[in-house]
Amino acid sequence: MNDFYIILTASLVASSCALLGCFLILRKMAMVGDAISHAVLPGIVLAFLFSGSRDSVTMLIGAGLIGVFTTFLIEFFHKKARLQTDAAIGVTFTWLFAVGVVLISIFAGKVDLDQDCVLYGEIAYVPLDLIISPSGANLGPKAIYVMGFVLTLIIIFIVTGYKELFLTTFDPAYASAIGISTSLWHYLLMSAVSVTTVSSFESVGAILVVALLIAPAATAYLLTDNFKWMLVLACASGVLASLTGYYLAVWLDGSIAGAIAAMSGIIFGLAMVFSPTHGLFFKKLRQVAH
Amino acid sequence: MNPLIEFFSFSDPNIRYVVLGSVLLTASSAIVGTFTFLNKRSLIGDAIAHAVLPGICLGFIVAGTKNPLVLIIGAFITGWLSLIVVEYITRKTRIKEDTAIGLVLSVFFGIGILMLTVIQKSGNASQSGLDHFLFGKAAALVGSDLIAFLIVAGILLIVVYMMFKEFALLAFDKAYAKSIGYPVRTLELILTSLIVLAVVIGIQAVGVVLMAAILITPAAAARFWTDKVVIMVFLASAFGAFSGLAGAYISFVAPAMPTGPWIVIVISTIAFISFFLAPKRGVVYRLIRQNNIRQTINNENVLKVLYQLGEENKNFFIPRHLDEIIRRRKYEKSTLQSILRRLLNQGYVEQTGNLWSLSDAGKNKAQRVVKIHRLWELYLTTYMKIAPDHVHEDAETIEHLLTPELEAELEKQLGYAKLDPHQTNIPYHE
Repeated sequence: MNDFYIILTASLVASSCALLGCFLILRKMAMVGDAISHAVLPGIVLAFLFSGSRDSVTMLIGAGLIGVFTTFLIEFFHKKARLQTDAAIGVTFTWLFAVGVVLISIFAGKVDLDQDCVLYGEIAYVPLDLIISPSGANLGPKAIYVMGFVLTLIIIFIVTGYKELFLTTFDPAYASAIGISTSLWHYLLMSAVSVTTVSSFESVGAILVVALLIAPAATAYLLTDNFKWMLVLACASGVLASLTGYYLAVWLDGSIAGAIAAMSGIIFGLAMVFSPTHGLFFKKLRQVAH
Repeated sequence: MNPLIEFFSFSDPNIRYVVLGSVLLTASSAIVGTFTFLNKRSLIGDAIAHAVLPGICLGFIVAGTKNPLVLIIGAFITGWLSLIVVEYITRKTRIKEDTAIGLVLSVFFGIGILMLTVIQKSGNASQSGLDHFLFGKAAALVGSDLIAFLIVAGILLIVVYMMFKEFALLAFDKAYAKSIGYPVRTLELILTSLIVLAVVIGIQAVGVVLMAAILITPAAAARFWTDKVVIMVFLASAFGAFSGLAGAYISFVAPAMPTGPWIVIVISTIAFISFFLAPKRGVVYRLIRQNNIRQTINNENVLKVLYQLGEENKNFFIPRHLDEIIRRRKYEKSTLQSILRRLLNQGYVEQTGNLWSLSDAGKNKAQRVVKIHRLWELYLTTYMKIAPDHVHEDAETIEHLLTPELEAELEKQLGYAKLDPHQTNIPYHE
């Protein structure tokens, strides 16, 4: 049962990340997603200090705000201070991450966070944190409810805002011509990314969230030209990475999150070579046939 | 003893190691980072920092001990491999570079974490301390670390010193460097190797995540103070060294404080101050200058309206009501009032009750603006063959910008013409 709980949690995290990742990589914002996943750290520590726990609504709202703040800061440095984009991203997220680590050190006694957890999470402990109903029945791990809730939020967000998200991603000029605010949807998307990052933080840590944001989406991008299919395939490859990664970790007796990230990379590599439409192998084959 | 004196007397060998180590690392990373920054490859540094982790673990598995040379070789291999993979993915598939960087850094890091956890559970006692590569251990540097750092820093400095001109040219004009026969590919290879080397030793001080900061942030800060590469390199290394020193001092005074993150906070603070306050390129300076330009334009436009009203009545000094000006050129009443008050202070207009008129100085200034406007329109129609009804917008801009030298040149070229393309008189100063 523990295996199932861990795989389910990982799959829920992977699906939320994969869905958002599709938008990120098509908007050429993969590194902004990376930056946000690091920059939420001080927000997490502060919210933890105020609310005393890691899974509150305060934290999700705080996370959304921090994400917007990070995006805003990057754009401010880029547009107002005329700093090149890559440096603006690098300076912003390292600064916020450093502030987060220092905050953890200052409040070491009060905050139940350590640096290991920050980097690669504690998904192995998911089955230990159970919700017990008043009558004493075991309702399953809390993380599953949290991640299930977040995934539902993300799906609702994408379904209701599909047209706007789609247009602002593929044709921002047309989108603003028909009156869709590109910057509003830009910031909404970034808030969604930070909410997902923060809630996934406990299970997979700050950096491995990036693997799940980017790798499944990139895999799907190589498999299809249809955006709806890309969303579906990204989720599928995220879930596949969770499943295979878990058993890889069990086999090697190592970090589950690390193994999931490694597997998502391997799945990407397979897609890169063997994708029927964009794979290097079939491209080569077609060249030879001609 | 006063902690400040105790720290800066460097009498404690531990303090010496930590300070020297931190300063060496941050200063030499900053020098290499300057070229990374100028090549717009900041995030590549981040990718390498993450990608060396599996190499370090591999080095450990092969050697069975924490032999620094083997670890560095391992780190070098995977650091390089990550760059090759990024380039391969970008070139061979339709994945964009930023996605490829994010993908490679997180996957390599994941593999590294997996290997690290496997090693930690393998029971090999000498593995303890490998996780220093994750978080840095600037506060726990010892003599033997320092020797390794010195060697690497020495190599970095010598190579950068010897190839300075080539690197600078590469950063600013790659196409030109190629055309005059520089081995661009080899130079890029050397520069990337230097980045990998800087990262391999730098992550021991500040850890994987913050490594990008000590590469990039000093350079980003230095860029705001100078346009010269040599000065930029010196400034960046000075900023880096200062933050290394400050980080070491902070964790000396408050031992619970981690050195690496404080180094990053100090260097980021220097960068933010530079972004805002640096002369010429800083945000504040540019806002002030923009505001000055806006004021000048508003001033000249109001004077121009008063002048044009004067032309109609053949008398430039008739006092005018605000509404008369607004009818000609749209302003908020309060804005117009503040512009007029500014002009009054500068002596260009005079006020009688709520009526405003040009002063002599104001008339001359307005006349010059109107003259340049009409001369420019004439210039555009005569020399650029632009239709007379298309030249007004352009002249509206140039009238505030033209220098006296260009103004004289324009007059001469057009032979002191009397009429503009709309057959209006061009006023010259008698």
